[in-house]
Amino acid sequence: MKLLSSKATCNSHGQDSSYFLGWQEYEKNPYHEVDNPTGIIQMGLAENQLSFHVLESWLAENPDAAGFKRNGESIFRELALFQDYHGLPAFKNALVDFMAEIRDNRVSFDPNKLVLTAGATSANETLMFCLAEPGCAFLLPAPYYPGFDRDLKWRTGVEIVPIHCSSSNNFQITESNLNKAYDEAQRRNLKVKGILVTNPSNPLGTTLSRDELDLLITFITTKGIHLISDEIYSGTVFASPRFISVMEALMENKHKKNNVWKQVHIVYSLSKDLGLPGFRVGAIYSNNEDVVAAATKMSSFGLVSSQTQHLLSVMLADKKFTKVYILENKKRLKKRHEMLVAGLKDAGINCLKSNAGLFCWVDMRHMLTSKTFEAEVDLWKKVLFQVGLNVSAGSSCHCTEPGWFRFCFANMSQETLDLSIHRMKAFVDSYKINTRRPKRNSARRTLSQWVFRLSLQDRKHEER
Amino acid sequence: MVAIDIQKPSVALSRVADSETHGEDSPYFAGWKAYDENPYDELLNPTGVIQMGLAENQVSFDLLEKYLEQHSEASTCGNRISSFRENALFQDYHGLKSFRKAMASFMEQIRDGRARFDPDRVVLTAGATAANELLTFILADPGDALLVPTPYYPGFDRDLRWRTGVRIVPVHCDSSNNFQITPQALEAAYNNAQALNIKVRGLLITNPSNPLGATIQRSVLNEIFDFVMRKNIHLVSDEIYSGSVFSPSKFVSVAEIVEARGFKDAERVHIVYSLSKDLGLPGFRVGTIYSYNDKVVTTARRMSSFSLVSSQTQNLLASMLSDREFTENYIKTNRERLKKRYEIIVKGLRDSGIECLKGNAGLFCWMNLSTFLEEQTRERELDIWNSIMQEVKLNISPGTSCHCSEPGWFRVCFANMSEKTLEVALKRIHDFMEQRKLKRS
Repeated sequence: MKLLSSKATCNSHGQDSSYFLGWQEYEKNPYHEVDNPTGIIQMGLAENQLSFHVLESWLAENPDAAGFKRNGESIFRELALFQDYHGLPAFKNALVDFMAEIRDNRVSFDPNKLVLTAGATSANETLMFCLAEPGCAFLLPAPYYPGFDRDLKWRTGVEIVPIHCSSSNNFQITESNLNKAYDEAQRRNLKVKGILVTNPSNPLGTTLSRDELDLLITFITTKGIHLISDEIYSGTVFASPRFISVMEALMENKHKKNNVWKQVHIVYSLSKDLGLPGFRVGAIYSNNEDVVAAATKMSSFGLVSSQTQHLLSVMLADKKFTKVYILENKKRLKKRHEMLVAGLKDAGINCLKSNAGLFCWVDMRHMLTSKTFEAEVDLWKKVLFQVGLNVSAGSSCHCTEPGWFRFCFANMSQETLDLSIHRMKAFVDSYKINTRRPKRNSARRTLSQWVFRLSLQDRKHEER
Repeated sequence: MVAIDIQKPSVALSRVADSETHGEDSPYFAGWKAYDENPYDELLNPTGVIQMGLAENQVSFDLLEKYLEQHSEASTCGNRISSFRENALFQDYHGLKSFRKAMASFMEQIRDGRARFDPDRVVLTAGATAANELLTFILADPGDALLVPTPYYPGFDRDLRWRTGVRIVPVHCDSSNNFQITPQALEAAYNNAQALNIKVRGLLITNPSNPLGATIQRSVLNEIFDFVMRKNIHLVSDEIYSGSVFSPSKFVSVAEIVEARGFKDAERVHIVYSLSKDLGLPGFRVGTIYSYNDKVVTTARRMSSFSLVSSQTQNLLASMLSDREFTENYIKTNRERLKKRYEIIVKGLRDSGIECLKGNAGLFCWMNLSTFLEEQTRERELDIWNSIMQEVKLNISPGTSCHCSEPGWFRVCFANMSEKTLEVALKRIHDFMEQRKLKRS
């Protein structure tokens, strides 16, 4: 008799994909400005490190919140004992206000329809458990976040059927590719229970257009299925077009009368917008009472620490803080984004036009030796080992076109981003040289030495 | 003619979402509701329902509060353990190393150094609730079963079964031998499962036991170990109450058995722990799985992504639990106070003519009202439970909700209230029992 369950022995946790392999290589040889300047720069981690100073100054001015105090009085006991899966009311109230503020108050949220979970990872999995049986499928626009392969499928037994999007229309969702995906699921005998979109998109960094949202809502109405909108990056929209939440799109009259709002659910988290992935704060928002009821009970398996709920309830209730934070965060993201896009352009590399997120979707198709995923992996390895950048290969995001890569820009200092851009430029320059001359090992060695010898003087001085 | 809107049936949810396996409709939760509607308060509502169905530990908060006062840097975001931003970014499912070390050390201290714990085998989860579910996902497939001795914690019905699709096959224990687990009961349960074509993957014990409030003896643990080896199944020991043993030498952890056997067959043994009971911090969601099986450790770690412990909380507790002066004093004082509470309640009940199972741990006692039942049936047990709730205004947990095979037993918590409130509760019971005597005579 085998000792562990099938779940324990299968590979659905997805930890063998390049997404995680790149991470491992980075851990073996991590870049450090002083201790390891030739190390690998981590550009595969979608973290937001740009606005900590705003958080830190708030914390310095409000020490009570972290110190278990409310209005000067200790509430330690109350918090220590608080394990109610309905969540700390003060926190839920502050969180729904924050979510509304991010959406320019075009929509408002009811705290009673919000379920707290230990991160969006937990929220997404919980919704799968609530909405689908093992062997059912959810349709996901591809390319998508590699973590979904684990989060949505591993313990739930749910299948993902990709909605293949193409660069020909900037990877937008169309009626045609939606139908193709639905038909593919039917062909595989999988009952489709819903669609899960990430808006703004990871890895594309784009927001869904109103047309796409209307299309999705009409589609789920016709098919009688659910729509989950993972809006984890909603606070990172730094340029137009503005962010339209699925909740806002639902307010259109034509959707209102169809009663489809019970089929639409939002996932949110503070891991990206606020840069607090360690605190494990996620949420499910649904107008469907049955989903809220079931998800609330399930959240027992992944509650948010009451200590953290309290701290954030005070922080997010401070409207002065939230206003400043949201603005400052967008400003910094926009600047970083521009820097990366311009820098790569100088190297003859284009990015998908994007207005959100912590990353760029980079077009390196012209650098492939052939239009294949093997060539993509080769190029990815070159970028990892020769250039010293851990970026995410499009294939790990289930992109159907080889040659696209996700480069993160918000998880490092400006100097480090600058260095990575210079490394890429140097690589591209030598790549051009190498592709003109017959390959010689010495040329490759010289490239590596040259790339890594780039010093601070070689680069422009930029303000922090 | 008026057009009629056709109401579309709402889109269905999953079977898991619709099922009742979350168990929230049992009396265990009904009593809770009664309390919520009319909660006792010493000043504001002295005739309200006293909550004696909640196994919380409130007797040692002052020690925690004192520690926090003297070490305020532990709770600020950003201290000597890590800066704010390092902490805020830390979502590594390996868990903060300093915290794992502190946990391992704390677990050793609770066992008075009779077992060693390797921090690299400590997997952190958001509470024991998550830990137990996680282990079930790892050790069993849907349709398989775990053997669980009765009476057991009602929450297991949800934690082990709901989303996992795994079943519980009870190992029946009774008062004839103080509800101890016997090899015969184990075999009988295993055979029951076989007869129903159900594959048994493991045995889950709670030691010290909830709701019995008693530790499992070394000889019984050895018999249990022999049993799981014979059947080639796993052994999960939920030791969440290990720090609540009034007399330390009475507690034998399964870790000691493993070590005594030279780690032979250890890869089938897994321990669950949490700070919710011993430290009284259920709100902070700190649980752990300790496994002697490398593959289980690796898999559990990856799966813990769905229920990580807040890094803010890990940071705070790493400080606190690495402070040996604090932990030694806490463990000792907590035990003494729990012992005192236990003695108060046992004496109080005895003075009312009620006996309890001889206990030595936990936050509750296992009270025997079977002699007061008109008939030895579940219905009569629930009648008495109802009277106690409505007339005496105490919420206690009926044995039925713990799947006890003998009617008439109740779990009564004593550590989630002040001593004064406990006295009030005991007086109410006393008066209730006196009235019953008068009615009878």
